[in-house]
Amino acid sequence: MSQLIDYTCYLGDNALILGHRNSEWCGHGPVLEQDIAITNISLDLIGQARNFYQYTASLKGGDTTEDTLAYHRDAAGFRNVLLAEQPRGDWAYTIMRQFLFSSWQHLLYTSLQHSSDTQLAAIAAKALKEVTYHQRWSAEWVVRLGDGTQLSHEKINTALQSMWPLTAELFVPAAFELAAPAIDPKTLQQPWHAQVAEVFREAELTLPAAVDGNSDGKNGAHTAYLETLLQEMQYLPRTFPNATW
Amino acid sequence: MVPDKKTIWSLLSAITDPEIPVLSITDLGIVRDVQIDGEDVEVIITPTYSGCPAMDVIASGIRLELEGRGYGKIAVTQVLSPAWTTDWMTETGKEKLKAYGIAPPQPQRHTCTPGLFATADAVPCPQCGSWHTKLLSEFGSTACKALYQCQDCKEPFDYFKCH
Ligand SMILES: [Zn+2]
Repeated sequence: MSQLIDYTCYLGDNALILGHRNSEWCGHGPVLEQDIAITNISLDLIGQARNFYQYTASLKGGDTTEDTLAYHRDAAGFRNVLLAEQPRGDWAYTIMRQFLFSSWQHLLYTSLQHSSDTQLAAIAAKALKEVTYHQRWSAEWVVRLGDGTQLSHEKINTALQSMWPLTAELFVPAAFELAAPAIDPKTLQQPWHAQVAEVFREAELTLPAAVDGNSDGKNGAHTAYLETLLQEMQYLPRTFPNATW
Repeated sequence: MVPDKKTIWSLLSAITDPEIPVLSITDLGIVRDVQIDGEDVEVIITPTYSGCPAMDVIASGIRLELEGRGYGKIAVTQVLSPAWTTDWMTETGKEKLKAYGIAPPQPQRHTCTPGLFATADAVPCPQCGSWHTKLLSEFGSTACKALYQCQDCKEPFDYFKCH
């Protein structure tokens, strides 16, 4: 049971933290349509996080709610991959991360929708439709920037090189991913590589060499970036614990 | 008072979606079932999108509509499975959308291709009917819509995308 709690929390944390990062673009997107797009992607991800957290809370019982999971845990209690918590960077960084992340999430939810755990399967089947749009949108942007001007190519390539080592963590299993209903992340690696490589060919980007990684984020060992993110995200409910709208 | 299903469904069909007020929640297909137990009523709804911010408003709208009518306990339950699809939108709902200026979802078999570089859905302009339209953005004013523009009458319009 505790493995399943950790796993559902891990799925929620990835969605919440990247959703929060993307939401920082609200009002700052390069053009109105894309500001709206990235904000809608945030909303989808935060909605997915809520579904995972509600399930986590029902498994844990007691006083745990989706809100206590989001707002009253310290950084060490979060299990998201380090890729999700990195600062949003420039538009190229945000696009590249979204593409790498959505491609992985798409494969993960595709497997998870057939899980023997019916609640996980239901959340994944619902979210998969949303992630399909995220992946398509971000893939098109990767191509637009990669196969665009010299400057846009440089920016998207710089983004790729800087985050590539962090993608290894997606496929390094943590203890809570070793048994069903968790999906073995190693099974996602080869199809992920193939999909990413296909888009990079279109975008005239070179697929970097595979790197070794660890599962630091999944085990609660985060970068300082998560601390600052949580300070902002959790400020209000921690300062006024009973605040309501 | 003992509720009957038909009355409950007709009351529900008067509740509109807060983001697209021309559609009722039954037009949208998000009411999945109504259960009657003695005098108690349970309404089962499913969200359009995981993060749809309208769901809480819709749930309280249902309670407001049904409470005070002399029934017993009113419960609104949210389920995720089976996942909502635009196929559940009624034909009346699609007509209402079009009249409101939003292109209704196109039948799945034509258009909803899961491939990465799928061509954009072919969508007729809700203003002039022209098929000469182009996708501006996969995401429109809400997560459930995309933004298109008509190449003939030049009007931009929302498209309620396939899901
Ligand atoms: Zn037109």
